[in-house]
Amino acid sequence: MKCIVNLVLNLALWLTWGALPAGTAAAQSPTSIFSPAGTPARSTVQLSMLVLSVTFAIFVTVAGLLVYALVRYRRRPTDDGHEPPQIYGSNQIELSWTVIPVLIVTTLFLATTRVILSTEAVPKPASAMNVTVIGHQFWWEYRYPGLGVVTANELHVPVSSPKTPTPTYLTMSSADVAHSFWVPRLAGKMDVIPNRVNVMWIDPQQAGIYLGQCAQYCGTQHAKMLLRVYADSPSDFAAWAKHQLEPGRTDFSDDPVAAEGQKVFMHNACINCHAVTGTPATGRYGPDLTHFASRDTLASGAIENNPENLRKWINDPNSMKPGSLMPAMHLNDHDLGVVTTYLSRLK
Amino acid sequence: MQAIDETTASQDRRAPVSIIYEWLTTVDHKKIGLMYIAFALFFLLVGGVEALLIRIQLMVPNNHFLSPQVFNRLFTMHGTTMVFFAGMPILFGFGNYLVPLMIGARDMAFPKLNAFSFWISAFGGILLYFSYFGGSGLYAAGTAPDVGWFAYAPLTSKVFSPGHSTDYWSLSLFLSGIGSIGTALNIVTTILCMRCKGMTMTRLPLLPWLYLVTSGLVFVAVGPLSAAQIMLTLDRYLGAHFFDTQAGGSAVLWMHFFWIFGHPEVYILVLPAFAFANEIIPVFSRKAMFGYPAMVAASVAIGFVSLSVWAHHMFTVGMGPAGNTFFVFATMVISVPTGIKIFNWLATIWGGKISFAVPMLFCIGFLFQFLVAGLTGIMLSAAPFNWQLNNSYFVVAHFHYVLVGAILFALFGAFYYWYPKVTGKLMNETLGKWHFWLMVVGFHLTFDFMHIPGILGMPRRIYTYEANRGWQGWNMIVGVGGVIQAVAILCFVYNLISSYRHGEDAGTDPWDAWTLEWATQSPPPSYNFAIEPTVASRRPLWDLKHPEDPDSDYE
Ligand code: HEM
Ligand SMILES: [Cu+2]
Repeated sequence: MKCIVNLVLNLALWLTWGALPAGTAAAQSPTSIFSPAGTPARSTVQLSMLVLSVTFAIFVTVAGLLVYALVRYRRRPTDDGHEPPQIYGSNQIELSWTVIPVLIVTTLFLATTRVILSTEAVPKPASAMNVTVIGHQFWWEYRYPGLGVVTANELHVPVSSPKTPTPTYLTMSSADVAHSFWVPRLAGKMDVIPNRVNVMWIDPQQAGIYLGQCAQYCGTQHAKMLLRVYADSPSDFAAWAKHQLEPGRTDFSDDPVAAEGQKVFMHNACINCHAVTGTPATGRYGPDLTHFASRDTLASGAIENNPENLRKWINDPNSMKPGSLMPAMHLNDHDLGVVTTYLSRLK
Repeated sequence: MQAIDETTASQDRRAPVSIIYEWLTTVDHKKIGLMYIAFALFFLLVGGVEALLIRIQLMVPNNHFLSPQVFNRLFTMHGTTMVFFAGMPILFGFGNYLVPLMIGARDMAFPKLNAFSFWISAFGGILLYFSYFGGSGLYAAGTAPDVGWFAYAPLTSKVFSPGHSTDYWSLSLFLSGIGSIGTALNIVTTILCMRCKGMTMTRLPLLPWLYLVTSGLVFVAVGPLSAAQIMLTLDRYLGAHFFDTQAGGSAVLWMHFFWIFGHPEVYILVLPAFAFANEIIPVFSRKAMFGYPAMVAASVAIGFVSLSVWAHHMFTVGMGPAGNTFFVFATMVISVPTGIKIFNWLATIWGGKISFAVPMLFCIGFLFQFLVAGLTGIMLSAAPFNWQLNNSYFVVAHFHYVLVGAILFALFGAFYYWYPKVTGKLMNETLGKWHFWLMVVGFHLTFDFMHIPGILGMPRRIYTYEANRGWQGWNMIVGVGGVIQAVAILCFVYNLISSYRHGEDAGTDPWDAWTLEWATQSPPPSYNFAIEPTVASRRPLWDLKHPEDPDSDYE
């Protein structure tokens, strides 16, 4: 029975948006809302299936009647030129097409309310992970108040299993303008607004990287304010957290190039905006760089993190991400090289 | 009659300067209506070019055709232009032209206010675009605004939007807002006070009824927007902190102000489109409108309910379950009166003798597309679905179904339908059919396929995207559809111009229609009716043509 229902629903999806059954959509895109990997996203898909099938049924009925009427009552060449009978209305008919929609709407409303309550009004379990998300033009800051970890752009959370649920609660605010946190496979979006604290939760149920991006226009580089959520198995997550908690590497006596790079970094404006724990760099305007080299990407997921890109980035961020608020640092070739080496060692 | 024709003819022999002077100083509702329409068509083309540039940029991933700054200006200007300087004025233009004619009046209630409203709106449009020419620094002007047509705080505060581009945005819309309120006031007064003899409110044709509701909404909705714009300007120049979050202001307050205007605005635009369909569908089906009282009631209901749904644009703001549930309810409720309208149109067609002339073709397109728009609207009103789809391309697809699929299609229908009244010439049918079919194909390629990247996680207002997201194929189709629509609109513009010279003569009543505007000559003389008409039913010309079976017996 259930599979017949699913078949019909998929068919509805097909016809509504051309070749798009939930399955192929998921295969095509790492950000499809129809391949949920967490509870909030999944209950949305279930609701969508109901809404889609109801609206689809309405579409087929009304469009069918319209097409029928247009074909059946078209003016024919044999027309006698008389006006057709004039009909001014009918109370019964009009009542019926008021009452039936009211019933349909009531059903949809109740179903919707159920999902709203099950997403927004559930108590937070004691086992929950807490992360503070701070939106910046055009990158993300993540702080783990329970753990003491501070990182940027790549959010690590533990996988949550039905047996031992460890949802992650995101407490969100913005340092500048409005942004919106959206990782479609995990949950719907939630706006990240200055002077306001919003909360949402996610519970990825398979390990993996989930992509998303800022969904509220926030200025020049809104397009490249990307999101990466790493769902790690509990042991991987523990290992990651342990590593992040270690003070960043500050002693480079065995690596003269990096040591020189460290000096260049500390003697430039870098430290006004960036922090590296254990050093004079305590800036908060840009991403924390303490464990920078443990991240896969640069500039909020816009570019792969490798020495070549890093060098280009520091030399002129705007050439890679026009509108980025990090200024070009105007270092000479030599300094650029050693700073790059230094940052690449900040595992 | 003879005498009138001579005066019209002799007018054309005057010097061009005096003709221009007359247009610039006119207070005739028909001339003002036409100026509104011309002004709006110009901006429709400008907004269209902007849209095309946006779509070309997004056809392929990682495109470098436009820079992010240019792209952000383009989508801001596109949205602002289309809503305020194409949509509203074109609908006011039709209202201005048609309302007095359809109620058998000689002019609007306040002809001078009418001219003032037009000119101040036009000035607003010019001011908005002057921001482009201003250039940085020159005339102390910024470049074009890039904060989005919704201009969310605090992106618009001095800190995040230095220079003057945001001031241009806010001042130009403030001015056009004054014009809109003036015109709304005029339309309401005209309909309430200037109906001809015998035209009770229950005999008022549906078009003026809908303009009445629309104008009511303009009153209630435009005020909050203007207020918010004044507050924004105070923030920017006098250190007020309404929306300046860096000093403790509220970003969410702006959203409420904006959407208290912004949601009714959608109905301000769509109700006149309903109005056109209400006039055209019966005439080309040869039937009286089915359920006139229900149509009126539904329109008034939509007007009222539309004022209580604004926060369905804010489901992702974190309103909490109570707020969300309320706005889900209000939004879903509005689909009931909307459904009534669709069913009544269907019933009007049912049992008729439908002729597929170009105005009717566009109304049929309107019916199907509005149906889909309504259904995706229901989907979006389910808040959890909305958490996924808000600010994604799905929403862009949904509201373009309303704005293009419903409003623009109904408007094209209106152009073909009333053109003969305005010019005395018919528009070319063959070109009209080309226009229609190209438009249908282009529209569906563009906007059907735009739902899909939304479902696949593509946010709106991004100037580029990664290649691995699975969005590019869809965006390519969308772009091609956009180009086809552009060709369709060129067909239309060409038709408008060439039919004026070469069109067939239309006579007073080419469609065998029933409302009063068809009782006077085409084009109507400056005083509209030589003798003020008297009516006894909703379809006065039906009564004249069918004395054996007049409508008045059934109403
Ligand atoms: C030579 C000195 C600097 C170095 C080596 C440096 C390095 C970096 C690196 C590696 C990133 C990418 C971080 C990530 O993706 O997690 C970054 C981003 C950033 N930096 Fe710097 N930085 C320097 C100076 C500055 C200064 C002076 C500022 C503030 C005015 C600044 C502001 C930022 C911002 C806002 C970002 C995020 C950009 C975005 O993704 O849009 N940086 N920087
Ligand atoms: Cu953002």
